[in-house]
Amino acid sequence: MTSIGATVKEPGSSINNKTGSWRTFKPILDKEKCIKCENCILFCPEGCINKDYDIDYDYCKGCGICAEECPVKAIKMERE
Amino acid sequence: MLKVISANRAIAEGVKLSRPQVVPVYPITPQTSISEYLAQFVADGDLNAEYIRVESEHSAISAAVGASGAGVRTFTATSSQGLALMHEILFVAAGMRTPIVMGNANRALSAPLSIWNDQQDSISQRDTGWMQFFAENAQEALDFVINAYKISENKEVLLPSMVCIDGFILTHTVEPVDIPSQDDVDKFLPAYQPTHAYLDPEEPMSLGTFTDPDYYMEARYAMEVAMQKSKKVIKDTYQEFEEVFGRQYGMIENYQCDDAEIILVAMGSICGTIKAVVDILRKKGEKVGLLKVIAYRPFPQEEIYDVVKNAQRIAVLDKNISFGIGGVLFNEIKAKMEVDASGFILGLGGRDVSPDDIVNIVKQTRNPTDTDKINWIGLKEEE
Repeated sequence: MTSIGATVKEPGSSINNKTGSWRTFKPILDKEKCIKCENCILFCPEGCINKDYDIDYDYCKGCGICAEECPVKAIKMERE
Repeated sequence: MLKVISANRAIAEGVKLSRPQVVPVYPITPQTSISEYLAQFVADGDLNAEYIRVESEHSAISAAVGASGAGVRTFTATSSQGLALMHEILFVAAGMRTPIVMGNANRALSAPLSIWNDQQDSISQRDTGWMQFFAENAQEALDFVINAYKISENKEVLLPSMVCIDGFILTHTVEPVDIPSQDDVDKFLPAYQPTHAYLDPEEPMSLGTFTDPDYYMEARYAMEVAMQKSKKVIKDTYQEFEEVFGRQYGMIENYQCDDAEIILVAMGSICGTIKAVVDILRKKGEKVGLLKVIAYRPFPQEEIYDVVKNAQRIAVLDKNISFGIGGVLFNEIKAKMEVDASGFILGLGGRDVSPDDIVNIVKQTRNPTDTDKINWIGLKEEE
């Protein structure tokens, strides 16, 4: 139920809104090919790739920037 | 205490008695003296409020939304072009459910540029989610401000209110006004206690956020529910007001309508002229009445229908026009009830409306030539 005036009363609650559902293409990282350059971590606008190069599909919107920036083409974009 | 003052002064006195804590106002003719009186009250220490000299009306209403979101009672005032400039934020104020009260000095919109009265400015804001109350005189202007706070801040409502006074005809005309005592107003209108949207570090919340399609419609539906609920709140509030202050108001006023064959429907200062004409015509044996619409939003359709249903014909007088369809009040009444009505456009841009014009309207309503025709009153014939 929407609160009066659509106020948000729980701080940090935007995490409840899993934006991964917006995705059309899904980034798949081949960890064998990965050279751990950190480019994808730095360029991801959503902060969805952690230090272990795991992609958080709950919030990844599938923009494909990581795949574009990967120097060794270790990330493939696959249709959902 | 009885004082001889203008409606602008009456609005300012009503605001002072209501004790807002933040007053962001930008001056515009014919509202300017409201902003001046309030600045004087603050400077003299008669009103303990933060008076913000903003750089535009868009900023004035934005500051009012911010202040209301911070949890205090706020007031602003404007007119015409200023209200049009506020348009974007009027939706925000209503959507965020900030119970702001605003005084609007009704004035024509450009072009051509006019500083004189009609009601196009506030009528054009009808879909923003604000309640609108039209005053006939300075006394109503003062009383409606105090009532507007109580109605807007009611937990069932939480929508902003506009108190509309006809430019110059009311804003710059002096008349005797009974100014209530501060003690009585304090009892009637206690300090604003926000519970739904306010900033408090102990209880953090985000106001005016982005919503995706999962939430938006429910927020808008809640506004419609609140607008419908406001009708009972308005009646109860006026009832309570009458018990304390002795003056009786409703969503509408019925003046000599009970046995009337012809009923004129109008809003604002023109109702004073119509009452005088009704008295004259009644002396001549003509059964004529006036239905004054005070609350334009929420739209009092049941109350209007209850009064006009037994009349032979009604005339709806609009100081506004929606081009291509005619007067807005006329069309809303036609849309909501089965009545035999004629629509009249008059008084645009300060065109004088005389008692003879009203007599003419009664005649035209009795013997209509074409009921679909939009009748323009006081229009100069082409030479």
